[in-house]
This record gives sequence, C-alpha cells and structure tokens, in this order.
Amino acid sequence: MTALFESWGLPYDWAWFVSTMIGILVIALPLMLAVAMIIYADRKIWAAMALRRGPNVVGPWGLLQSFADGAKVFLQETIIPAAANKGLFLIAPIITFTVALIVWAVIPFAPGVVLADINIGLLYVLAASSIGVYGVIIAGWASNSKYPFYSALRAAAQMVSYEVSIGFVLISVVLWTGSFNMSAIVEGQRAHIFGFINGYGFNPLLFPMAVVFLISAMAETARTPFDLTEAESELVAGYQTEYSSMSFALYWLGEYANVILMCGLNAILFWGGWLPPVDWAPLYMVPGIIWFFAKLLFFFFVFSWVKATVPRYRYDQLMRLGWKVFLPLSLFWVFLVSGWLMLTRYGV
Amino acid sequence: MIQTIAFYLFAALVVASGTLTILARNPVHSVLWLILAFFNAAGLMILVGAEFIAMLLVIVYVGAVAVLFLFVVMMLDIDFAELRAGFAQYLPFGILLVLVLAAEMIFAIGAWKAGGIDMGSRIAPTPSEVPNIEAIGTLIYTRYLYIFEGAGLILLVALVGAIVLTHRTRGGVKAQNVTAQNMRRPEDAIRNVKPAVGQGVEL
Repeated sequence: MTALFESWGLPYDWAWFVSTMIGILVIALPLMLAVAMIIYADRKIWAAMALRRGPNVVGPWGLLQSFADGAKVFLQETIIPAAANKGLFLIAPIITFTVALIVWAVIPFAPGVVLADINIGLLYVLAASSIGVYGVIIAGWASNSKYPFYSALRAAAQMVSYEVSIGFVLISVVLWTGSFNMSAIVEGQRAHIFGFINGYGFNPLLFPMAVVFLISAMAETARTPFDLTEAESELVAGYQTEYSSMSFALYWLGEYANVILMCGLNAILFWGGWLPPVDWAPLYMVPGIIWFFAKLLFFFFVFSWVKATVPRYRYDQLMRLGWKVFLPLSLFWVFLVSGWLMLTRYGV
Repeated sequence: MIQTIAFYLFAALVVASGTLTILARNPVHSVLWLILAFFNAAGLMILVGAEFIAMLLVIVYVGAVAVLFLFVVMMLDIDFAELRAGFAQYLPFGILLVLVLAAEMIFAIGAWKAGGIDMGSRIAPTPSEVPNIEAIGTLIYTRYLYIFEGAGLILLVALVGAIVLTHRTRGGVKAQNVTAQNMRRPEDAIRNVKPAVGQGVEL
C-alpha cells in the first residue's frame, strides 16, 4: 500500500506512515467488533452448557447485547476514588487496552496479510505480553484499596510464572521452525506430518507442548479455571473493583482481545494458522483467513467450554502447576526437541 | 524524517524518565519511571537496528526484573523521612560515582571519535543481511561459547544460592502432599454406613 501512496506524490516516509495508520485501523476496528461479538458468543456458550438461554432480549437472538452493555457503560459516570493515585489510576486501563491491541501487529491472518512481518515476531509477542501485566499491577496499587491490591499481587505472580513456561513452549516451536517470524512458523507447518498434514500439533513430539501452551494461555489471560485475579468470592472483582464506566470497559475489552489473541496464537503456533488442516489442493480454494478464523474460533470455544465446566483452582495449586509441573516439563521438552533435531536434521 | 522524530522522542523520554526516577518522591513512581526509561531505551535499540536486544530489554528488564522491583517496593513500608536523612551522607559517594561514569563515557566517545580501533580488527563486523538473532547466535555459540556458558553457570549458582540463603523449613506447617491426594481412590475415602435412627455415625 505504501507504493500506492508514493504514486500519489507523497514522499516515502509519509506514504509509509499513512499506509501503516490505515493498516492499524483495518485491524483494530474489526477487532473491537469481534470482541463485542465474542463476548456474546462466550455468554451464549456458557449459558448453553449451564442449560440456560443466555442473552436473548436485545436485538435478534440477543445479538446486540454487547453493544447495549457498551452503551450502558459509556453513559455511566467515571468514579475516581478519593484515596486513589489519580494519574496512575487512569493510565492503568489504557495500558492494558493498548497492549492487547499492539500484539495484533505481527499476527499473520493469511499469506502476506500482516501489518508488520518482522523477523522477531514471536519475541515481540512475548515482549508485549510482559508489558500487559503492568496494567493490572498499576490498577491494583493505584486504587489504594485492599482487594484490588491483593488481586494485583496475584496477577503479577501468576502472569510472570506462566510466561516462563510459555517462553519455553515457544522456544521448542522456534527450534523446529528455525525462525521467530510468525509467517515462517506457519509456512514451516505445511505438509509437516507424512507430507500432507499441516500443523505442528500433529507432531507427537510437539503435541504435549501444544497442550501446555493451551493451559498456560488460559492462565496468562486469567480465564477460568485460573481467574484467581478476579475471584469474586474472595476479592469482590479483583483489580477492577474500583473501576467504573469506560475505564472498566477498557479492561473488559482488553481482556477479551487478549483471549482472542491467545486463541489465534494457538492456531498459528501449533495448528497451521492459515493453512487448511490437510495439504490437499482443493482445500486451498478456501481463503487462508477463513481457515485461520475457523481455528481461532474453535479454540475460543474450547476456552468457553473450560470456563463453563472446570472449577476455579486454588492459588497454591496454580503456582504448583506453573512452577513444579509446566516449567520442568517444558524445559525438558526444549532439551528433547533440540536433541531430536540435532540427531535428525543437523546431524551430530 | 520519521526516524529523526522517533529518535528525539525516545531520547528525550529516556532522559526525562531517568531524571524523574531520581526525583520522584514515591518509590513506586520511581520504579514506574524506570520502566518507562527501559521501554524507551528499547525503542532506541530498534532505531539502531538491534531489534533482538530491544526485545530482550523489554522481556527481561520490563517484563521480569522491574515487575519484581515493583512487587517488592509496593509491599515495603518505606519511611520517606528516614530515606531523606541519609541523603547528605551518601552525597560524596554519589558525586564520585557520577564523575567516574561521566569520565568513562567521555573517554569512550573520544576514543571512538579518534578511530583508534581498526575496524577490520573487530571480531564481527555488523552484517547487514543476516538477522540480529542469527548474527548474535553464531557469535556466542562459537567464539564466545565458554564465556557464554560461564555466564550461564554464574547465574545458575546465584539462583541456587538465593534459594539456599532464603529457604527455611519450618516445622508444624500444614502442607499438602499432592501425589498422595492424586493417588487416593474413592474406596479409601468413602465409607458406606447405615446407622439406625437416632444413633448417628462415628467420625
């Protein structure tokens, strides 16, 4: 697109600037719409599993429920607690929301359809998710209230712990691909098994890592069964207790944008991203973006399914799972995968 | 043009947030300014083409080290008056440190400007086509392998040392044996009884 603007007489850097801005809007605006619809889908799935109807009043089949909620929240008053640290209190939700959006810059939706095709894509994702924790910590501290503070401490420990195992899972995928570039990772999965099945997840050596990643992704986004940060029976509403109106909505949107992102990462890292499940020519007639979204939505369904069925973990169980189970397991798997690659691909 | 704007933006923010790290009255604010400084330093790294270092800076310093800083500082009960009292005492030492740092920087920049080191004698001239990660990887896993592994070993020893020094085993703590819990079968835990009316069960 940069070339198009250049042909209109703009100098290169301004052409680049304008086309990047358009690219950001093309990703971010549909993402917000997707978040609204995925919240509706989440509530519907959850309700169906609990034999309820779920939202069904606003609009046909309740489709406009999220927009009604959004409008309600938008019209509310923003309350800032008197004892809160005002500046940080207002910045915190903005951090969460922004970080949830910036990661999408490196997500490849289809061959070549990616805003920034950088060769450190996966590291960028890790870096962005490590900034994400600040939105929560700052909110907890700036609220100057005990429940948000407890929640922030829990969130910080939880996210940092599971980031470690996610890091090792990513390393085993990167070892297999030989690149940090997201598009290269997807391409590396083409005809991965027996020459016709696409996806690292079908590789018996990488499948355990796919499972670890799925569970760690739930912990990283603080979804049930790991939603200790907003355990309502212990902490009122966790770090967002003191938030109201749009500042609350920003957390809400950011959280779901992160959930969608993690589902997308699952699809990209292990299940072939935009590639069809089987390397068979007629399947390539379906555009890649549809395969990608189908996989993403499947994993979102899995997330909702888990949310509806699995009870919440206790905090010590959560920490035990992260540090005593996933960390040694994923570390050992990095060793195993690199050993296997040394034996088969590179030759000792 | 955009590079220039970005450079001045990042550089000004690094300097400003670095200054505010020192000047902030609240230690939590200090840490947050420090994080902003790290983050902008990463931006500067990207501008010079060291994207791998930039990402590591964000992942390691912002994502792990500073979180722990913040964690500790948030929970500490710090007496600000006491902190201020020690200021004069440490001032000469601080000034000395600043002078040494400034002298080193000026010296380094002067040496670089003088062009004393022959560029050809450098071990690895920066390759333009090879990505950062590959360039660093080939260097540290070949030429600097032993130094790199030594650094890793030192970190491991520090890790183990920190745990050994702070770990204490207390008696009388109720802890769970997860393996034992998982190994329990329903037969071991459940007893079927049929008590007579009014008798109750023995626990």
